[in-house]
Amino acid sequence: MNMSVELAGVTLKNPVMTASGTFGSGEEFSDFVDLNQLGAVVTKGVANIPWEGNQTPRVAEVYGGMLNAIGLQNPGIDLFVKRDIPFLKQYDTKIIVNVCGKSTADYCEVVERLSDEPVDLLEINISCPNVKEGGIAFGQDPKSVEQITKEVKKYAKQPVIMKLSPNVTDITEMAKAAEAGGADVLSLINTLTGMKIDIHKRKFALANKTGGLSGPAIHPIAVRMVYQTAQAVKLPIIGMGGIATAEDAIEMMLAGATAVSVGTANFHNPAVTEEIIAGMESYLREQNIEDIRELIGAV
Amino acid sequence: MSDKKRERAVILQKKEIADGIFDMWIATEEIAGMAKAGQFVMLYCSDGSRLLPRPISICEINSKEKSLRLVYRIAGKGTKEFSEMKEGMELDILGPLGNGFPQKETSAFVIGGGIGIPPMLELSKQLNCKKQIVLGFRDQLFLEKEFESYGDVYIATEDGSAGTKGNVLDAVMEHGLQADTIYACGPLPMLRALKAYAKEHDIECFVSLEERMACGIGACLGCVCKSKETDGHTNVKNKRICKEGPVFEAQEVDF
Repeated sequence: MNMSVELAGVTLKNPVMTASGTFGSGEEFSDFVDLNQLGAVVTKGVANIPWEGNQTPRVAEVYGGMLNAIGLQNPGIDLFVKRDIPFLKQYDTKIIVNVCGKSTADYCEVVERLSDEPVDLLEINISCPNVKEGGIAFGQDPKSVEQITKEVKKYAKQPVIMKLSPNVTDITEMAKAAEAGGADVLSLINTLTGMKIDIHKRKFALANKTGGLSGPAIHPIAVRMVYQTAQAVKLPIIGMGGIATAEDAIEMMLAGATAVSVGTANFHNPAVTEEIIAGMESYLREQNIEDIRELIGAV
Repeated sequence: MSDKKRERAVILQKKEIADGIFDMWIATEEIAGMAKAGQFVMLYCSDGSRLLPRPISICEINSKEKSLRLVYRIAGKGTKEFSEMKEGMELDILGPLGNGFPQKETSAFVIGGGIGIPPMLELSKQLNCKKQIVLGFRDQLFLEKEFESYGDVYIATEDGSAGTKGNVLDAVMEHGLQADTIYACGPLPMLRALKAYAKEHDIECFVSLEERMACGIGACLGCVCKSKETDGHTNVKNKRICKEGPVFEAQEVDF
């Protein structure tokens, strides 16, 4: 039985990876998950310099999901390269570094710094809804999506994944723009902008007022967007959004994803990624499917 | 070797000890044996619409019997779910988490306010020094008698129904209490007042903070607080309450 899939020439032992921002760089979760079992670890977003992030409260639970507005707190590329990459290198898994920035130059600086590092793929975060500059500002207009993709590609030695936002009228326009700009892979969806109000205090639940909605509540939206995007572009897709079980992951692949990322579910069960991999293997056995790649887009 | 585990715990006993405040003993395989005073555990809901675990402080540790005592207030749907569980039922927990209280040998104020009182019980039990225990309540008392075996207990109530009328510092003043170290958990205004008191008297003050959390293990960066020193994790001045905390020297953090 084959569980491996390929993304832009990089072979993953299985299609299950972690979603950026929910798993740090893997160290904290290594008490609960054997990182060697994962297809890839996608790190939390890293910028050229350390970012402080937003005020607290930064997280709030909502029905079937959660809101977050962390604000991309991160150590900056220097410490990341010195500490996080060597940590991940100890494991037999692929390393995908999520890159964030406030300007095109910031993104390019990080991408260039990573060019000689043992990193397998780069994921460019142009879809964070929780920061004022950068993030989603690049991801809501096809022209700027194409432009930043082109710029990043000039500096990138590794294949480039563009991470798309669902907070747009038509995600396929953004997907086509990223493809036109030379993206190698697409990942979607980032979180949906939401809001929660504490009715007793008459205050916003998050200091940032708005936050990104994630968790099972957004899964059907993610499946729909992955399907639409798979119809619109030729690039491989990493599907994510509310995946909490093997069934969710399989559904995402049937919609057209080559690989899947598991995010918020890690908070509900830190060992969920391994359980999802095991569940997908059982599904293949039960269905007499020899190769997991048969599932991609097979709806 | 990991210093924390996710386990399925069994509820041994559960009762309501004041309005909306529940007292629960749970059996754990490994967590009780690893836990320290001032640490906390995450409790997972079985209702799938509630994804995030709830951080609950550890009130007492019985490592011999492999059990933990958790005393919590119903603050929302998650804690309500736990309060409705019956003895013998199982729930998933993760822990022990956080750093716990340092334990000095100087004379100590052990101060708890409201639902910040429970973690001070295990600390009172473990601290090996002269202890003056000051407990602040709104009106209804709970756990106060159990502190009596570990030190002198002083009570403050907002409505004056027991002990000093007012807050914990009013009780400290009224009885002319003094100590060299403060250990405290409770509402932010109380902790801020103790921080100011400690600065004025030039004594150490260890406070246990809380914040909305998602992972509980230091990965999501949801529960940070501003710190004087650069944190080692992300090179800014944000310490993680779940990891570097929940206990901090009060002067080292903003709250």
